[in-house]
Amino acid sequence: MNRFMIPLFGFVALVVLLAVGLRLNPHEVPSPLIDKQAPAFSVPQLRDPQVQLSDRSLLGKVTLLNVWASWCGGCRHEHPLLVELAARHKLPIYGLDYKDESTNALAWLTQNGDPYTAIGFDALGKVGLDYGVYGVPETYLLDRHGVIRYKHTGPLSRDVLEDTLLPLIERLEHEPA
Amino acid sequence: MIPELGHFALILMLCLAVIQALVPLIGAARNDVALMRSARSLARAQFVLGAISIAALGYAFAYNDFSVRYVAEHSNSALPIVYRIAAVWGGHEGSMLLWVLMLSGWGMALSLFGGHLGMAFQARVLAVMGWVGSGFLSFLIFTSNPFERLLPAAFDGADLNPLLQDPALVIHPPMLYMGYVGFSVAFCFAIAALIEGRVDAAWARWARPWTLAAWASLTLGIGLGSWWAYYELGWGGWWFWDPVENASFMPWLAGTALLHSLAVTDKRGGFKHWTVLLAILTFALSLLGTFLVRSGVLNSVHAFATDPARGMFVLVLLGAVTGISLLLYAWRAPQLSGNTVFAFFSREALLMANNLLLLAALGTVMLGTLYPLALDAFGFGKISVGPPYFNTVFVPLMAPAIFLMAIGPLCRWRKAELPAVIHRLRWALGSGVALALITPMVTGHGSFWISLGLFLAGWLAVSLLGDLYARLLNQNGSWPVRIVRLPRAIYGMTLAHLGIAMFILGATLSGGYSHEIEQRMAPGDLVELGGYTFTFQGVTPVMGENYRAMEGRVLVSRNGQPVTELHPQKRRYLVQDRVMTEASIDAGMLRHLYVALGDEADPESNTGAWSLRLYYKPFVQWIWLGVLAMAAGGMLAATDRRYRVQRAAAKKSVTSNTRLASPLLEQVTSS
Amino acid sequence: MNRLNTAMAALCLSFCTAATAAFSDTALEARFKTLTSELRCLVCQNQTIADSNAALAIDLRNEVERMLQAGATDSAIVDYMVARYGDFVLYRPPVKSTTLLLWAAPALFLGVGLGGWLWLVRASRRTVTQELTAEEQTRAQSLLRERAQLHTEGHRA
Repeated sequence: MNRFMIPLFGFVALVVLLAVGLRLNPHEVPSPLIDKQAPAFSVPQLRDPQVQLSDRSLLGKVTLLNVWASWCGGCRHEHPLLVELAARHKLPIYGLDYKDESTNALAWLTQNGDPYTAIGFDALGKVGLDYGVYGVPETYLLDRHGVIRYKHTGPLSRDVLEDTLLPLIERLEHEPA
Repeated sequence: MIPELGHFALILMLCLAVIQALVPLIGAARNDVALMRSARSLARAQFVLGAISIAALGYAFAYNDFSVRYVAEHSNSALPIVYRIAAVWGGHEGSMLLWVLMLSGWGMALSLFGGHLGMAFQARVLAVMGWVGSGFLSFLIFTSNPFERLLPAAFDGADLNPLLQDPALVIHPPMLYMGYVGFSVAFCFAIAALIEGRVDAAWARWARPWTLAAWASLTLGIGLGSWWAYYELGWGGWWFWDPVENASFMPWLAGTALLHSLAVTDKRGGFKHWTVLLAILTFALSLLGTFLVRSGVLNSVHAFATDPARGMFVLVLLGAVTGISLLLYAWRAPQLSGNTVFAFFSREALLMANNLLLLAALGTVMLGTLYPLALDAFGFGKISVGPPYFNTVFVPLMAPAIFLMAIGPLCRWRKAELPAVIHRLRWALGSGVALALITPMVTGHGSFWISLGLFLAGWLAVSLLGDLYARLLNQNGSWPVRIVRLPRAIYGMTLAHLGIAMFILGATLSGGYSHEIEQRMAPGDLVELGGYTFTFQGVTPVMGENYRAMEGRVLVSRNGQPVTELHPQKRRYLVQDRVMTEASIDAGMLRHLYVALGDEADPESNTGAWSLRLYYKPFVQWIWLGVLAMAAGGMLAATDRRYRVQRAAAKKSVTSNTRLASPLLEQVTSS
Repeated sequence: MNRLNTAMAALCLSFCTAATAAFSDTALEARFKTLTSELRCLVCQNQTIADSNAALAIDLRNEVERMLQAGATDSAIVDYMVARYGDFVLYRPPVKSTTLLLWAAPALFLGVGLGGWLWLVRASRRTVTQELTAEEQTRAQSLLRERAQLHTEGHRA
């Protein structure tokens, strides 16, 4: 051991760091809202603009909040999974139609199927801003107290659904009230 | 057939590289002349094969061979021919091919101009280069083969990223890689010297011109990249502290430190451990840059399409090359003797300070670049480290280095007289202070940082010119004779250092006195900016070779006198259907007038109004003039006569000067 | 995923000057410029929200403008962003326990450098002050002669 070995040790540490870094995704931004109360909102419903959908509607049960739009390609991609999940009646799925035209959105649902219990219509993206939406589609899992427990950015995949989302839903449902 | 020829040439090149990695080493160990000699022919043959290979790829591009996957992914039949050729290095595989071609180019240069190194040493250097080459050729052939066929062939190509469709693509990557890869020469010198267990002044003298040439190329490459980003991105900035920019800046900082440390080893036989370590570090940082750009571990604008398998391969390469080198260093460095004697105030001490400041700056850039990765790896969340951080910490780190730069060249080796140096610096000090005080008064706007920048620029420039004058006075003979006699290394050093002063001047003035405005303009609207009047004349559609554009017309006048006419474009590249801004710049020595076209302001109502971004940037040109001067200075110094001295002569002077008896000798000469 | 990234990059790298904020107050405008140029866009992740033309960046610019006009402080605006997107959104990392090393490092490097410099120069000076032995004196003299000789040879050559 001499001082000439210091560079070697430093370098080994660097290589380990870089090797770990290879497994990480630098583009993924974790939401600071995890384990926090879901931000309050109140917006007209897409299917019936006279009725409001608010954060209170999501209380009392484990819910999924899916942010989507008719202009979003990734949404079309993940949609069959949501339709399938809704058919299983695991939990209510709420939609948030983000910065969209309501006629386009309704037509889109007719075409692709409608898995949503209710859909909030966020025409200006104000709710999306409060939820830190940056890459539609985004999916939030809320527990019975309206606390955000999990967030997925980008289209859901079967892997994410089966391996992460469903087990987590299962666990949340068995949490004491 | 031609792509297969290129592929075959690559495979052959790998075989030769492996032989070059082994045979000359054996030859040097056994003192077998024929085996040692083989290194030279192997190096040359590799370059020829590399050239054949890249020519084959160029041929596939030129003739639109979309049965080659790489061509199909990076070109299109509508792409102008010059970009079809430059597209050879427009993607990962081709740019790696350019990388290994550059490496073999340096190898060939060593085989041609390295005769004075002595046969055994040259053989060892080329063998080390063979190791590096084998690694990168394997990477190229096994993970990133540019000649891979696409079956069935594409009907047409996916086109080159429009952002890259710019004349700068022709020259920027080759210069940058020439620099990156060029540092492999100093690296190979260091490893060969560690193998021999001998580092002396002659060694440093051999390494200097190669390092200078690589450094000058890298400087030019970085400068071109900065200039490219400046006019292409349309944001008016010239340095964004993007991870990939940092990746090229880190070897530059280390290489700059290496140049100065080599000077001490050459002239005084000192700093041996340090110089060798820096030579390893500089090339390791070039490899780190390659890893960062190609693995996708960092979030960057410039990163190539990434692939974790490739990332792993480069990491293993980086680990092997640097790890083995540092192990060798840890083993051999203790045996390197050599402590030089110098005073607190001496050129050695100042060069050491320069090195430490450069390394502190390097450490900061590296930490800032990798910190988000480290936090994420430890599960502490995601953060961003961007320009606000780097600008805050970098200037205070570099300012003392720049301050000392004016003093160092004036100091004698071993021990300098402080009062004499201060006396010689009085004009520099006066000019710096004057510049720092007068400019804010004249312009009516100033800040501490502006004054600091101006002071440093004036202080440095005047000191350098004064020093050059003093050196000329010290020569004998008539003025033309003196001018010719002064070594090129001195001119080179002065020019490169002046380049720094020019750079600081440009960065300070353009940073402090720029004006920009974002404006919705209808045809006929005027905007005043920096004393100029910009009149928007509306837009007209223009057809390019492979794009459609809307071209704005902006008349610029000053005090009623027309100055120039600018034509910023908003281009839509047809194949990928991507929109690019093409800024229009009136580039003067004293200011740039820069206009970028945004979007049509209200397309429905058809008012013809557009949003425009206009900039007035004083002295911004000096940033790149400075970079050019640095690179030119480096090249000039690399061609100094002193470095071409034959080995025998060099050896003689070394034994007498430094190697045997430097500490002793110094004491006697000083007493 | 790769295709998605490419599409994003395509979107990101053409700048646009949408909806320029209109400030009556230059101080407010300066703060707007500083704030937006230090916030990172989450869609085009290598751009500030000032430079990016992603829809989100435009929304965030408008939000910053709205808050500024309503009299919000800079730190309130920064807090607003961090509450939604985390520290990732800040190009100037906040000083906290996990970033302490980052912010301290430049000074630390400088300190280590200065210490190393002092140590090395002193170490070198110690060698100077050592007296030569008589034997060393004679050897040095002969070396000097040898060098002078070489020097003259060099000049002749």
